[in-house]
Formats: sequence, structure tokens, C-alpha cells
Amino acid sequence: MGEQILNQIIWPIVYILCIVLPLVIAVAMYVWWERKVIGWMHVRMGPNKIGPFGLLQAFADVVKLLLKEVILPTSANKALYYLAPMIALVPALAAWAVIPFDDKMVLANVNAGLLYLLAMTSLGVYGIILAGWASNSRYALLGAMRSAAQVISYELAMGLCLVCVLVLSGSLNLTDIVHAQAGSKGIGDWFMWPLLPVFIIYFISGVAETNRAPFDVAEGESEIVAGFHVEYSGSAFALFFLAEYANMILVSFLASILFMGGWLSPLPASWGFLGHASVLWLFAKVFLFAFLFLWFRASFPRYRYDQIMRLGWKVFIPITIVWVLVAGCMKYFGWVTVGTGG
Amino acid sequence: MIDPQMFQLVCFYAFAAVTVVAALGVISLRNTVQAVLSLVLTFFSTACIWLLAEAEFLAIALIVVYVGAVMVLFLFVVMMLDINQERVREGFIKYLPVGIIVALVMLGEMLALIGVRAMHQAVMGADPAAAVGMSNTEWLGHALYTQFLLPFEIAALILTVGVVAAVVLTLRHRTGVRHQQASQQVRVKAASRIRVVKMAAEVPAAPQAEPGKETTP
Repeated sequence: MGEQILNQIIWPIVYILCIVLPLVIAVAMYVWWERKVIGWMHVRMGPNKIGPFGLLQAFADVVKLLLKEVILPTSANKALYYLAPMIALVPALAAWAVIPFDDKMVLANVNAGLLYLLAMTSLGVYGIILAGWASNSRYALLGAMRSAAQVISYELAMGLCLVCVLVLSGSLNLTDIVHAQAGSKGIGDWFMWPLLPVFIIYFISGVAETNRAPFDVAEGESEIVAGFHVEYSGSAFALFFLAEYANMILVSFLASILFMGGWLSPLPASWGFLGHASVLWLFAKVFLFAFLFLWFRASFPRYRYDQIMRLGWKVFIPITIVWVLVAGCMKYFGWVTVGTGG
Repeated sequence: MIDPQMFQLVCFYAFAAVTVVAALGVISLRNTVQAVLSLVLTFFSTACIWLLAEAEFLAIALIVVYVGAVMVLFLFVVMMLDINQERVREGFIKYLPVGIIVALVMLGEMLALIGVRAMHQAVMGADPAAAVGMSNTEWLGHALYTQFLLPFEIAALILTVGVVAAVVLTLRHRTGVRHQQASQQVRVKAASRIRVVKMAAEVPAAPQAEPGKETTP
């Protein structure tokens, strides 16, 4: 009986903590890295006062946010106002349940993993919409409206990108999708080559889905102050912040797993340690994508709202629909080798 | 100690209770945004019940399509509306008798249907997906794209026609609207925006002013 409780309740909780705690620390480090990188790109120093290289700046910010007062705006909808940050955060963390880090290292190796991810990422927008509505503020409502329209539009393109991946891999299981990208050609067997346009569209849609620059009209501080979270302060704001960065890291993980072979090594097997598939390769790829998010933010000016809609509906969706057909042909005529058998 | 069968039953009743309460909230809450949110909760707990029944594809599709997309648009519209609560309350009393009659007829029909089905087949057959050793999603895909391909494609076609019809019905051609042609904007060359004119340097006339006369203009 004791063993049953241990196996069914205690160990899963330990595993969940093993994912969530490093994730939260990764978010803190990511924020530090973002400020450093953008600082360097602007020929500034970035945070450099607290701790070595300013490394403790993120933790100082967390402590500051937690100590601040959470202010409730006048005639805001109290229940929804407090619920919204949690609704934003919960799907952002729940999605990590199906992310595989290695052949064996996965919390829940479910068969419909990709569908589950799609479901979880589509729930996050509720936090933003409710925050915008419950704040009883014009700016917040405008930000929520923009965010809702944008997320819905880019979710379609993103879903079609995922369809391309699962047509080639023949599985909704993320571990199987990585296995389908293994092969004798090493880096040449990754899905990023046959699905190159889809790969690019997927990552851009991911940037739009997380409301990051240059798609950050939901915040648009020059027009609507800070969008949906303008009325939030203290720990409630910190939850939105955490959800956004956790989602960015999630999109980076997904791009690595779906298109760049996950933990597979790009080097030939004869290279010893570097040639072996390992979780370090996954982290290296994730770091690349996470860096791209920051690079975009430092490089590109914000899109105009109508340009965002045009890009999503008139460019991305048609291209991905055509590429679903192309992927089907690749699979049917055997132009792409899937799995180690090829 | 934790009987899995028992636990599943408890979960089922818990989800079902949440579904019923949330569905009642949809029709009884005064605030329209709260009503839409209860509808979201109804869908979500229905998806949980379907997951218990091992219909994982349907459950997740319900969340992706209805909760993730349709209800977001609903919320989008409802937030924009400025609904007069008094008018809503008037309508509630006025249409209550009709509503009760419709509900009773529906209840009768559902009971009759359940009765007919119960008489014809005692229990549902074994799970067809488990029978062939496939996951629910995989089996559904096989069934839809082989056995039921034609009905499936016809349903897709009807939906597409519906979308096109909705767009055509609501499309208004307004005159005097200025559109930006993005392709033109992208293709624009520097030459079409600015014209560089070659001309000889204008040399000011040599100051041959007579002494004593002001030369500055």
C-alpha cells in the first residue's frame, strides 16, 4: 500500500518538480540573458551590478516583484482579475508534461502528445483575454483584443505546420517523431530540410503566438502602454511574465524536437561524445532558438496590426496548406527516409 | 487501497457534476462574459469525461477546436457587446413557458431514445481500437480515411461551402476605401520615389558691385 502511494503519487510529484523548478530558474536566467544580449546589441552593458556579471539581477527582480502590492483597479471584476494570471500560467506549465528530453526522459509518454500540446498552447490566450477584460481598462481591453485575433490567426498556420511533421513521421508521439528523424545521413535526415518553409513558418508563428517582438502588438507600449497587463503589479504581473518566458522556451523546445532532431547529434557517430545523441544537444538547439527570440527583438521594429493579419492569413496559411500536400507526396513516393531503416 | 475502478467512477461523477453545474451557469448567469466562461468550463469537463472513456482524440479535438478557437472568438464578440441587463431579464420571464416546454419535449425524446437503445443492445461492444491493438487516434484516422472516406470528404466540402457562403453573405463592397497593396510597396524602387536631377552648379554671379553699393540682398 505504501509502495503504491510512493509509485503513483510521490514519484510523479518529484518528477514534476524536476521539470518545473529548473524551468523557473531557466526563465530567470533567460531574462538575464535577454537583457545582456540586447544590451550588447545596443552597445550597452546590460545588468552588471548584482552578483558576478549581474547574474543575480533576475532573482533580485523576482524578490522585488513578490514584495510589491497587488493593486486591484476600481470596479474591476475581482475574481477574474486574480484568476487570469493563473489561467495564463497553468497551460504554459502543463504543456511540459509531454516534452521528451531524451529517449527515456519524459514525464508522460502519451501517444497523442502533439495534440495535447496544441490543446495546451491554445488555452493560454484565455489568461490574456480575461486579464484585459477584467482590468476594466481601455488599454488592457485593446491589448486583449489584439492578442486574441493574433493568436487565433497564427494558431492555424502553426497547426498546419504540425500536420506536415506528423504526415512525415506518421506519429503524434514526440519521442517517435524524434526517432523518425534518425538515420544514416545524420543531419540530412532531420525534418528541417524537407520541410524547410514549414520550419521557418513554425518558428515565426511561435514568436507571434507568444506575443513577442516583432509581433508584440498586444503589449505595444508606444500605443497602448502595456496592453493586457497594464493594470497588473507585483506577483500577478510576475505570473504573466513567467508564463510568457516559459512559453518561449517551450516553442524553442518544440522547434528543436519537431524539426531539428531533438537530442540527435548533427555530427557523425565516429566523433565520440559529440557524435552521440544526448540531452546536451537538445539544450544546445533550444539555446539557439531561444537566442533567436532575443535577436529578433533587438533587430526588428514592431509589425503593424494589419500587416500581422496579412502575413498570417495570406502568406503563411496558403504556404503551409500547399506544403501539407508536398509532404504527403514526399511520404507517398518515398522521397524522404523516415527512421533508421532508410 | 485506491481501487482504480472506484477512482474512475468518482472522477466520472465529479466531472459530470462540474459539467452540469457549468451548463446551468451558462443559462442562468447574468453577466454574459461569465456565461461564456461557464460554457468553456462545460466543454472542458466534457472533454475530461471523454478522456475517461478513452476517446482521447475527440476530447483533445474538443479542447483545440471549441475551447481554443471558437470560444475565444465568442468571448471576443461578447466582450465588445454592451448588453442591457434589464432587457435580458424581461425576455427570461416572457420566454420561460416556451423554454420549459421545449426542455420537457427534449427530455422525453432523450428518455425514449435511451429506452429504445437499452432494449436493442444490452452493452456496447468491445472498444474497436483496443480490439486491433491501436491507439484511439490511430484507429479513428484509419477508419475515417479508409472506411468512411467519402462521407468524411463530403462533410469537409459542406463545411467549406458554408465558410465561403458566410464570407459572401457578409462581404460588403464599400467605396472610397483606400487599400494598401503590399506587393506594390515591396516592389517599389528608390527611383520611383526620388528623382535625382543633374544640373550645373549655380555659380553666383561674380561680385562686380560698384564700390559703395550694398551687395547683400
